Amino acid sequence: MATSVRPPPARSRSVLTPVRGKARRGPRRSLTLTVLTAIMLVYSLIPLVWLLINATKTQAGLFDSFGLWFHGDFALFSNIADTLTYDDGIFLRWLGNTLLYVLVGAGGATFLAVLGGYGLAKFDFAGKRVVFAVVIGAVAVPGTALAVPTFLMFSRMGLTNTPWSVIIPSLVTPFGLYLMWTFAAEAIPDELIEAARVDGASEFGTFFRICLPLLGPGIVTVLLFSMVATWNNYFLPLIMLKNPDWYPLTVGLNSWNKQAESAGGEPVFNLVITGSLLTILPLLAAFLLLQRYWQSGLAAGSVKQ
Amino acid sequence: MRRKPLRIAALATAALIALAACGSSDDEGAGSGDGGTTVSDADVQAALEKGGNLTVWAWEPTLKEVVAKFQAKYPNVKVNLVNAGTGNDQYTALQNAIAAGKGVPDVAQIEYYALPQFALAKSVDDLKKYGAESLNSTFTPGPWASVNTAGGVFGIPMDSGPMALFYNKEVFDKHSIQVPTTWAEYLEAARKLHKADPKAYITSDMGDAGFTTSLIWQAGGKPFKVDGTNVTIDFSDAGAKQFVTTWQQLISEKLLAPIAGWSDQWYQGLGDGTIATLATGAWMPANFVTGVPGASGKWRVAPMPQWQAGANASAENGGSSLAMPVKGGNKELAYGFIKYADAGEGVQIRLDGGAFPATTADLTSEKFLSTEFPYFGGQKANEIFADSAQKVVSGWSYLPFQVYANSIFNDTVGKAYVSSTTLQDGLNSWQQASAKYGTDQGFSVK
Amino acid sequence: MAVARVATGRGVARRRSLVGWGFIGPFLAVFALVFLAPIGYAIYLSLFRNRLIGGNSFVGLDNYAQALQDSEFWSALGRVALFLAVQVPIMLFLALLVALAIDSGRLYGKSFFRVTIFLPYAVPAVVATLMWGFMYGTRFGLIGNINESLGVTLPDPLSPDLVLASIGNIVTWEFVGYNMLIFYSALRVVPASLYEAAEIDGAGQIRIIRAIKLPAIRGALVIATIFSVIGSFQLFNEPAILQDLAPNAITTYFTPNLYAYSLSFSGQQYNYSAAVAIVMAVITMVIAYVVQLRGMRREY
Repeated sequence: MATSVRPPPARSRSVLTPVRGKARRGPRRSLTLTVLTAIMLVYSLIPLVWLLINATKTQAGLFDSFGLWFHGDFALFSNIADTLTYDDGIFLRWLGNTLLYVLVGAGGATFLAVLGGYGLAKFDFAGKRVVFAVVIGAVAVPGTALAVPTFLMFSRMGLTNTPWSVIIPSLVTPFGLYLMWTFAAEAIPDELIEAARVDGASEFGTFFRICLPLLGPGIVTVLLFSMVATWNNYFLPLIMLKNPDWYPLTVGLNSWNKQAESAGGEPVFNLVITGSLLTILPLLAAFLLLQRYWQSGLAAGSVKQ
Repeated sequence: MRRKPLRIAALATAALIALAACGSSDDEGAGSGDGGTTVSDADVQAALEKGGNLTVWAWEPTLKEVVAKFQAKYPNVKVNLVNAGTGNDQYTALQNAIAAGKGVPDVAQIEYYALPQFALAKSVDDLKKYGAESLNSTFTPGPWASVNTAGGVFGIPMDSGPMALFYNKEVFDKHSIQVPTTWAEYLEAARKLHKADPKAYITSDMGDAGFTTSLIWQAGGKPFKVDGTNVTIDFSDAGAKQFVTTWQQLISEKLLAPIAGWSDQWYQGLGDGTIATLATGAWMPANFVTGVPGASGKWRVAPMPQWQAGANASAENGGSSLAMPVKGGNKELAYGFIKYADAGEGVQIRLDGGAFPATTADLTSEKFLSTEFPYFGGQKANEIFADSAQKVVSGWSYLPFQVYANSIFNDTVGKAYVSSTTLQDGLNSWQQASAKYGTDQGFSVK
Repeated sequence: MAVARVATGRGVARRRSLVGWGFIGPFLAVFALVFLAPIGYAIYLSLFRNRLIGGNSFVGLDNYAQALQDSEFWSALGRVALFLAVQVPIMLFLALLVALAIDSGRLYGKSFFRVTIFLPYAVPAVVATLMWGFMYGTRFGLIGNINESLGVTLPDPLSPDLVLASIGNIVTWEFVGYNMLIFYSALRVVPASLYEAAEIDGAGQIRIIRAIKLPAIRGALVIATIFSVIGSFQLFNEPAILQDLAPNAITTYFTPNLYAYSLSFSGQQYNYSAAVAIVMAVITMVIAYVVQLRGMRREY
């Protein structure tokens, strides 16, 4: 049996089989503990509740009312309408841009990370450790160190102020690579690959048909976390894009917020707040709906010691 | 080490700049040694008829209407108006684009305080060769002096910001406060107001470079002196001292609302009487209308308080010009647009949209002066603004790196607002930090 | 399944090795473009100096010498070190507590807790900072409202003394759920046999936590710490967005990243900014490596 170098196995449990059921632990539900944890919950939710409540207020109402309670006029729907139509509906354009960056950027990043993680996990080649060390080391480099040189490079290549200037940098996710490496090492038994090789399958075919399905939860995890990163990307688009038509939602919202600072500019804080609410809803929904996958995927990642 | 050659290079550059300045001011408009032939009005007109694409970076909202009417008048020209950020954000983007050599707009809105920086770096065209000098009587002295620097005309004034005092009449009446005519009276009014209502303040201030420099300007101070690449920064002259003496008292006695300008709290404060006055430029009314609609009718305009009783001095605060970056294209077309927007039909379009003119004709016209502002209870505020525009103290200049200097204002002077550092010490440390930057950049700074 | 005799030998190994490179190739190609090339360019830039008067010139290591003597740089570094020393332990401790609480099985509605405490992670830093910024207002934000209704004067979160803590609060809020989930996931894979043995021994909850759970998540703890350390050193988004609200409290050299950003974009001092950023990167890498070493060693 060919051996391959892979990270030391975790405590000899495959992540695919659940290890504990509720019945065994005989839980004595504790109210105290629940209340204490609920404090954490309230802390996590307060700003989101604040956002929701204040999205129902008009610009003037924002100033007149108590932060955590409603104002007289319930303006949520008119705020939403205004947000979507302000400035010839640029918010929708920003939403479209963000979706583009996320789908292509995060999708591409996941694809590259899956390929790379599989390669690192299942193949033995010279320089593997170096590769990994360099990639993880790169995470420590501050974004600002790269920002201006990347900007100058990209502008010589004619890429600035285009969607590519945002998409290409999002294609690299060292954390995703790491996650896929550990997950692939755990989830794909070497025997399976060997058997496929014996059967004469090509490496890529093996990867595609046999291994990929096993990597499901890992892929979803990396995809989701890349999506969060690209969706929330702020600094890079800020310097790469000058045309508001190409802004993602984050940069667009901040430009609305800053709009109030210019002579003749119109403060639209109510739109900033409503826009923020609309911006976080899709991600929240994605996370809620895909819970099952990313939780088990994360489990694999944290299992590596 | 390597310093000497650099210093020689700096001197040589300074000499060259001086020579170039001498050279171009001798010209009367015919072709000159600065490398470009003159462009006549006919050339510009021909370019407008022929048409093309123009990229304009500006955040001024009234330009949208100007672009629409411009395109209607010259159907072959397509203008792409982009809001690439406000103020500093746009200057950063502009400088980045210029450094990269790509994506530079054909026209850019540049505020008066930032223009010298771009002029010195030769990032914007000298518009004299397009005949811009002939426009000097079109504009009021303040703005014109701001664009006519370093021996050239580097932008055409778009609007101006002669200062005035906006005050909340309702609050003043409620506490029987007289409208101050001098800064000493202003200080008294501040004390009286805050004593009567501890939640109210005469104004808000957390340190604003533009405001501080404008007030020192009004007091006759000249902290920045520029002569080619020789720069002097000095915050100890009489004008600066006057400002510091009065303003330090406002700070020490906690008479200034600690609210950041242009924030949501600031708008709120203007609306509910927490912030009772605002000493700022004549472009402010449009912001009152859109940002503080609830206080309509409660505010009035008065002339700026004076440093000496009986004097009549003013200063500019803000205001921008339209300039042509060197690396942009479509030169004749760009100049045609700038002329239209700033000295042609575009002016009235912008005035109708609420902008404040830099043109003498408009500032002196009957129609303009008799405009009644419903927001200010029907007051004919333009009379005050126009008067202020004529009384702007002359001889002021900004640093050739004012954009940077302003960006570190709060690091240095800002300390005076939140700790026991005095305002004078804050200004001194601003002086030192700016001087260090200037020296690093190759200027000789005293 | 019999262990079939698979062709081995150097030829196959090399082919496999090439295939391995083939899989990691695309990632590396983009990585080189997006990371390595800019780093190289940044190093190149840091050896020059471009001035308004005098243009571009080679200055060797002058920029680095200047950075190491720059009091603003060191104050920024000190600040993020302080931030790191306080915020990271607090955040990880809270995350650990919540993970343990959820894992204990003694909560009502634990799925609800798990999901909702995680949600802040999905909120963009821009939005989170804007929201907290609105709420921190002492006059008309939430703080102001509380002041008015309860008649107290809470300290201003945006004053120079408190602003770092206020930023720490925002960062904690954003990431406690994420770290909690990492710990929780690690706890989930602890084998049941260990718990059974503990029950037989009659061990109490605290004992179980100390003897079984904590060692089990040692690896996760190290990873979380490393990423938090790196994140703290790179602190930028939150102070940058709050700066407009608190210009006197958040200076242009508040954190090293913010300093490098201001140097580049306000001062057009790209070269010096590159040197500062590279010094920061080296310091961050060293510290992250040290944390990893210490964390790994404590395994045994």
